[in-house]
Amino acid sequence: MPILSAPSHPLSDEEVGRIRNDFPLLANELNGRPLIYLDSGATSQNPISVMEAEQEYYEQRNAAVHRGAHSLAVEATDAYEFARTTVASFIGASPDEIVFTSNATEALNLVAYSLSNASLGLGGDAARPYALGPGDSIVVTEMEHHANLIPWQELAARTGASLRYIPVDDDGALRLEEAASVIDGSTKLLAFTHVSNVLGIINPVAELVSLARGVGALTVLDACQSVPHLPLDVAAVDVDFVAFSGHKMLGPTGIGALYGRAKHLHAMPPFLTGGSMITTVTMERAEYLPPPARFEAGTQRISQAVALGSAVNYLAETGMDRIEEWERLLGERLVVGLEAIDGIRVLGPRSGQPRIGLAAFDVDGVHAHDVGQYLDSRGIAVRVGHHCAQPLHRRLGLTASTRASTYLYNTTDEVDAFLTAVAEVRSFFGAAASGVSA
Amino acid sequence: MSSELENLYQQIILDHAKRRVGQGSTDPASGAGSVPEEEPAAGSPVAGALATGALATGASHQLNPICGDELTLRVWIADSRIKRVVWEGAGCAISMASASVLTELVSGETRDDMMEQLDRFRELMRSRGTIVPDEEVLGDAAAFAGVSRFPARVKCAMLAWVALEEAVLAANC
Ligand SMILES: Cc1ncc(COP(=O)(O)O)c(C=O)c1O
Repeated sequence: MPILSAPSHPLSDEEVGRIRNDFPLLANELNGRPLIYLDSGATSQNPISVMEAEQEYYEQRNAAVHRGAHSLAVEATDAYEFARTTVASFIGASPDEIVFTSNATEALNLVAYSLSNASLGLGGDAARPYALGPGDSIVVTEMEHHANLIPWQELAARTGASLRYIPVDDDGALRLEEAASVIDGSTKLLAFTHVSNVLGIINPVAELVSLARGVGALTVLDACQSVPHLPLDVAAVDVDFVAFSGHKMLGPTGIGALYGRAKHLHAMPPFLTGGSMITTVTMERAEYLPPPARFEAGTQRISQAVALGSAVNYLAETGMDRIEEWERLLGERLVVGLEAIDGIRVLGPRSGQPRIGLAAFDVDGVHAHDVGQYLDSRGIAVRVGHHCAQPLHRRLGLTASTRASTYLYNTTDEVDAFLTAVAEVRSFFGAAASGVSA
Repeated sequence: MSSELENLYQQIILDHAKRRVGQGSTDPASGAGSVPEEEPAAGSPVAGALATGALATGASHQLNPICGDELTLRVWIADSRIKRVVWEGAGCAISMASASVLTELVSGETRDDMMEQLDRFRELMRSRGTIVPDEEVLGDAAAFAGVSRFPARVKCAMLAWVALEEAVLAANC
């Protein structure tokens, strides 16, 4: 499906004001104040068009896909496959390289379990190159979300491979000079996040991929925080697998996707098995369909996939490069503003350095939970805690932080209101007055 | 400022979050020689218990999985009485204040009275704002009543209490 063309002029507060009208939830109040939603990094809000697409599916087309000869089943199947095509073209993939999953976590586990099955000898000759064992290594980074860490820990435990990681420096940036020695001849797989959900930093994909390529390792990109926020072309980044979640990109919960390079998906054994993924079944064994069906066992998330297709259209019509640029501006405004407040330590890149529209920070003398509670009372929704990245927080000397994350529907006024509220936090909790710090 | 927020962060809570009564090393060795805040007076129950070896101790480590906060609490019990509570950990104002208030409240209480306080506090936390706390029983811990209206924060207020419960059971007396 051709991606609809977007305007070329940059987004402005005025246009964002119009975009906001498409998102009913944003007009709500929170604790008696206009809601300022700064938690899109965790989950984004849905435009009316996405909710309508899901409703329209249930009102007009609902049936089981790839099963049954009646016309409704054909329509449902078409809608589901059309959604796949839409998602594929959004990231420059071909439709049979897109496997729908329930979220990015399941997408990453799918790869891990498929390799695990290959390591058990399943999948025959074709799958043999995907086997791991003692003496092999899996490499991740110290900044990973738990979703892109624990599946690899478990894969290592199941296969006897070792798990290594590329460390970060005091600012959270990957220590690339070390990556070159961590990734070596034993490395079978490199899994890393494109954009950190804590630091907002954009990792150097090309360098990392070329290190992995150099030793023949597979590459897995966690694109949860990049696909929703910047243009991503899988052919350009040249990775083998990409995982992302629909609910972070204006879509509903319960749907995500795995991109897998066609030749890998063709060779790899299935993860979940059952109906809708087979050709011939006897009481002893089964033959499997080619991908992507091989990896979509059982009745699928049809309405959610249809709604995700609609979300992708919304993003494409708005323009991913315009969204990226707008969020870059909001991210810079966040960081400049936070850096100017006494007692605030911003995690990740300083102002003036690239980051997406997201900033996590520590407030000296005030715990993140208390910061979040204060902001909540001002109508501002942020994320507090370790954001599913405990090792990174530990490395930065913290157990928790507060994170504000923006999207295409946030205005500069909202960022400013957030900054004003953050500036009040330390005096409310008596952290500024007591002279705990300078 | 919104009154909801001030209802949650009562002044008593903000003060205790800073004072942190009972914060210190939970190493059993470091505690044994210094059971009360001051040296036990000769002939006092604590000194007696120390002398007779009837002093039991137990500890518990608790984790709040939502934020990763951790708290370790150790209790010393003699003659079915809470002789001393110490705890270490880092966390939000609610969890730190709760540990501090708890330390003040239960020190010197009988084990049974302490269990009663724990039950009342837990009941209060689960009440979603529907219970008026009994200050006779809960003392300063009654100030946490506002927390029950913020379900996401109940775990913070309960952390030290759950640790106390487990520590007392671990002391096994
Ligand atoms: C970088 C990153 N990876 C993985 C995930 C997991 O996404 P999900 O929980 O939707 O599977 C998230 C979101 O929480 C994320 O930000």
